[in-house]
Amino acid sequence: MSAPTYDLGKLHGGLRLPAHKNASTAEPIKNVPVPAQLILPIEQHVGEPAQPVVGIGDRVLKGQLVAEPDGEMGAPIHASSSGTIVAIERWPVSRRHGDKAPCIIIECDGKDEAIADAPIEDYRSLASADLLLRILDGGIVGLGGAVFPTAQKLMQARTCETEFLILNGVECEPYISCDDVLMRERAPAILGGAQILMHALNIDTCYVAVESDKPEAIACLAEVLGELDDPRIVLKQVPTIYPSGGEDQLVQLVTNREVPSGGLPTDVGCLVQNVGTAAAVADWILRGEPLISRVTTITGDGVAEPVNVRARIGTTIEEAIQYAGGYTDRAKHLVIGGPMTGKSVTTDEVPLVKASNCVLVLAETPSAGDELSCIRCGDCAAVCPVQLLPQQLFWYTCADDEKKLREFGLLDCIECGCCDLVCPSHIPLTADFRMAKGRIRELADEKARAERARKRFEARNDRLERELLEREAELDRQKESAKAAGPAAIAEILKRKQKPGNGDPE
Amino acid sequence: MGTAVIIIALIALVAGLALSYAQQRLPANDGDLVEQVNELLPQTQCAQCGYPGCRPYADAVVDGSAAINLCPPGGDDTIRRLARLLGKDVIPLAESVVPAVAIIDEPACIGCFLCRNACPVDAIVGAHQFMHTVIASECTGCELCVAPCPVDCITMRPLS
Repeated sequence: MSAPTYDLGKLHGGLRLPAHKNASTAEPIKNVPVPAQLILPIEQHVGEPAQPVVGIGDRVLKGQLVAEPDGEMGAPIHASSSGTIVAIERWPVSRRHGDKAPCIIIECDGKDEAIADAPIEDYRSLASADLLLRILDGGIVGLGGAVFPTAQKLMQARTCETEFLILNGVECEPYISCDDVLMRERAPAILGGAQILMHALNIDTCYVAVESDKPEAIACLAEVLGELDDPRIVLKQVPTIYPSGGEDQLVQLVTNREVPSGGLPTDVGCLVQNVGTAAAVADWILRGEPLISRVTTITGDGVAEPVNVRARIGTTIEEAIQYAGGYTDRAKHLVIGGPMTGKSVTTDEVPLVKASNCVLVLAETPSAGDELSCIRCGDCAAVCPVQLLPQQLFWYTCADDEKKLREFGLLDCIECGCCDLVCPSHIPLTADFRMAKGRIRELADEKARAERARKRFEARNDRLERELLEREAELDRQKESAKAAGPAAIAEILKRKQKPGNGDPE
Repeated sequence: MGTAVIIIALIALVAGLALSYAQQRLPANDGDLVEQVNELLPQTQCAQCGYPGCRPYADAVVDGSAAINLCPPGGDDTIRRLARLLGKDVIPLAESVVPAVAIIDEPACIGCFLCRNACPVDAIVGAHQFMHTVIASECTGCELCVAPCPVDCITMRPLS
């Protein structure tokens, strides 16, 4: 049995936040039964939205493909239960831009009939490229919240020299405990997933990183690890500090390597996957079940019995909250995700998607207080885990100075929200930065477009000029050949042309 | 004391004369500036500014014969950036337009080729006597193709 070892690296800044996790970890994971209706947004991952491959009126089975990836980046979507497609229409969802998005709506028949799809006998017999393609078909995306398609992430990692697989079981954000309970209850699946991922990547070191405030999860993992007797997998305990579970922060903590600005963990030889993702990979490869359900924490002062539920993707929040004892009369504000990085929603018709790790029902609307002027205290810079200067960035956001924002590393901001929390002037820094990032991306797109248009314009001008020159050259050539033939020949030709019915059609 | 004042004054005079001579005689470094202005323009090549493209407008802006508010596709943002670059005041746009792309009503197209010749960025494909269509991703929304169409089958659709 590998004993938990403490971390090597050190995290800059960060905050120790009240955890609020115990309320939802007291009970085991509750299974939410199949709802009457499933709402499957076609955009549940980073990249292009998936394209529906079913029509209205089609009967689908549990695990059947309903939308396939479109373009290089994306993931397929599977029906979470059996039933009939009743609509493909816009439905309220939780996302950054806009309130509604196209969704496939399935009316469930309650039979929960699964599609016959034989799992792979032995994944070790597959070449790693084939295994990656198989993972792609499972519709698996990063379940930590970023929903980056797992297969593409693995393919990218295979093009680099990756040394370590890091399983992220840190879960540093307050209230959220879905990974914690998953590690307690499904440690064998998580570690099995780790073995599959290591095989797919052809590497032989895996660190499983867990925050020190989850002793039960660590004990469960250590026990299974002891039975498994796989020396490639090492359990690591990281300090309880927010945001130690950020991808780059975790790499720093576990390997003491710093991910370069604008880079990826693979630049320093690491690949980070959430523990839930590893379990989903194991479910798909070993049992043939694609990603059609996930564990979600339903918690907050606004629900009667905070609990972790395993619900089908597409179950509405309203339904899931019923299994957490329903709302209390104090329920006031609904957040999808944690209190730091989550997004407020106004309706509980929103479906649970692959990204939904937490539903937080708060008793009061979070409000920081009135925004005052920046007093340049520098508290934000002290807590920033990416070592940025939020007060300086704030200045440049106000001035909309793209160049300076880039220079001061706005694009490296992980939007963790630490600076917001410590700001004595209650400036919503993260929201400002998020907007500024969007604006920078827009500007870059515009610039690329302008550059393309300029190139096309210049190419066209060149072409017109070339055509003109060619025409002139052709005319010159004709003149030359006429001159060479001599005046007598020209007169001969003209005479022949004037004779009716002789060569000339006119 | 008096000599010092006179010497300083003389140095200032000589330096001033040298500078004004240099400004008169040496060529200004306008080439770079035109490039910089051109960089800030949206490159739609729409000629709505009255010049036959973005580069000629940049030339005119730099030599002072055109105002900085004549570029409708660039909008207020471009004016702001030009003002910052050239040290001028921000002024409102002379005439504003909504960003749009051209759409050809394909059944009505007679394949006359006139719009294709008008497009400054070769964003229309088609051949004589064959239907034409617009490559929407390359269309800059300049509207130059709308007027030449003999059957009025081109419309501008605003970008949402």
